[in-house]
Amino acid sequence: MNTLRLRAEGISFAYQDKSVLNEIDLAIKPGELVGLIGPNGSGKSTLIKCLSRVLVPQRGRVWLDGHTLASLDPQQIARHIAVVPQAVELPPGFTAFEIVLMGRVPHLDWWQNENARDKEIARAAMEATGTWSLAERLVNQLSGGERQRVVIARALAQEPEVLLLDEPTAHLDVKHQIEVMELVRRLNRERGLAVLVVFHDLNLAAQYCSRLVLFKEGRVYKAGSPREVIAPDVLREVYGIELLVIPHPQNQRPMAVVGVT
Amino acid sequence: MHTTYPAHQHRGLFLLVATFIVLATGAVAVTIGSVAIPLETLWRVIAAKIPGMTIAPTWAPSWETIVFDIRLPRIALAALVGSALATSGATYQGLLRNPLADPYLIGVSAGAALGATIAIVFSFGAISLFAFIGAIGATTLIYALARAGGRTTPTTLILAGVALGAFLSAITWFLMFKGDSAFRTQQIIAWMMGSFSLGSWQDVAVMIPYLGIGWLVLYLNARTLNVLQLGDVQAQQLGVPVERVTMILVASASLITAAAVATSGIIGFVGLIVPHAVRLVWGPDHRFLLPMSALIGATFLILADTLARTLLSPSELPVGIITAFCGAPFFLYLLRRNRETLI
Repeated sequence: MNTLRLRAEGISFAYQDKSVLNEIDLAIKPGELVGLIGPNGSGKSTLIKCLSRVLVPQRGRVWLDGHTLASLDPQQIARHIAVVPQAVELPPGFTAFEIVLMGRVPHLDWWQNENARDKEIARAAMEATGTWSLAERLVNQLSGGERQRVVIARALAQEPEVLLLDEPTAHLDVKHQIEVMELVRRLNRERGLAVLVVFHDLNLAAQYCSRLVLFKEGRVYKAGSPREVIAPDVLREVYGIELLVIPHPQNQRPMAVVGVT
Repeated sequence: MHTTYPAHQHRGLFLLVATFIVLATGAVAVTIGSVAIPLETLWRVIAAKIPGMTIAPTWAPSWETIVFDIRLPRIALAALVGSALATSGATYQGLLRNPLADPYLIGVSAGAALGATIAIVFSFGAISLFAFIGAIGATTLIYALARAGGRTTPTTLILAGVALGAFLSAITWFLMFKGDSAFRTQQIIAWMMGSFSLGSWQDVAVMIPYLGIGWLVLYLNARTLNVLQLGDVQAQQLGVPVERVTMILVASASLITAAAVATSGIIGFVGLIVPHAVRLVWGPDHRFLLPMSALIGATFLILADTLARTLLSPSELPVGIITAFCGAPFFLYLLRRNRETLI
């Protein structure tokens, strides 16, 4: 069973003089589905980049079990941490299968080609995400929802223990949003993946996550259960608007709605 | 449920056919020229050179000189240069993810032109050597400048290349204007437009090691080039050491381009359109794109050079005029036919 932990310890990151992340502490455990929310520009995407070592924080450390990310090379990291980026653009002309097969890169030497086993793993990843029927299609001819699931399949083909998703439901209609989130939750439960998802939609976050982390100006403003974080006074402080919070009619999880009179 | 590209399992066959076409084009090109040599005589002229074969010569002795000392080395050089430029262009387009990228974008042509100009203006001789040093020097400088800002991104590489290229060209033009000899100016311009008219076996021998090493490194990185199409961030998140790969690819592609430019001057358009044409027909997988571009680049330059030396015979056209004149319309045709697969 997966026991790998990803943990940010007091990390701060600044672009030139502009501070983006301040003293962030955050851990994702196996089997956990954590939601990261906060206003635009509060540092959510930057955190994803620090957690995948695309950016290296100026202060603090990111730990992958007993190793700091800074001490590992990109290939070693990609064997454990897979990232589904925001609003993915995929290069035209490649088939969905070719894109998913790229998920095997972390397990190959630079001069090696994929073997039958890699192709089998890619196929299984596409079946798990309901994209196997798209395998021969060119990615530029797929819909946004299909493309998003293909990228999740690519992440699965990496056979990671940790999955980071940056607004995987952005630009998708409601049906596709639910499809993608149901898929993420199933993978989280069935495979015990540690999952961190950046959300724009507070209600989607509250519905799917066991724990929420709310960012404000590059700091963790509040972390805890959806009920603790999705509260009128908290949201007023962070977003600067009045929201009503009501319980979901079926599962009592909090829902934030705009009060219009 | 279909792709618009020919199926992958036929790729080996396509490469085999393309290899045959290179050889056939080369053979036909040898027969064409001021002295026409029939194909069946050509085979016997060549066979007579094979030890143990006894073939009574039925041809003028000068034909052997024409075949072995003039046409064959020239055609072999055109093929090598064509494949070098096309491979290098495919690499730069893939690495920089810019459709306008060509083998000369990162300083090779500007540096080589300055090197050649210095050699000609100051009568140093050794034009090839100076061109080679200029090309490698300019690329190294551009890479270092682009890197100074931290990460080397495609955009900084392109912009540094354009800026330093303009600067080096300014020096080249200054040297040409300041020079007092119209003959030298003409010599420089002729060099810049590219030609195989002086191609010799020695040029071929000089090119082979550079091409061999450069090609090997590029082909081994073809899968990585595919992953780079996702962009630097995703490529790194998939485990590609982007900085190191960029440096290796720039070094290899520049090396083979510099070798090509040093032996035959600056031949435009091949490195730009051949990879695009291959991509339009067969798709963007670099594992096929690189070898196929090399083969088609070779065929294309053999044909272009044959036209360059026969159209206005006995005088010669710069081969760059032919590559642009014939290549551009064909490319526009491909672009119109296949544009839906690009979007």
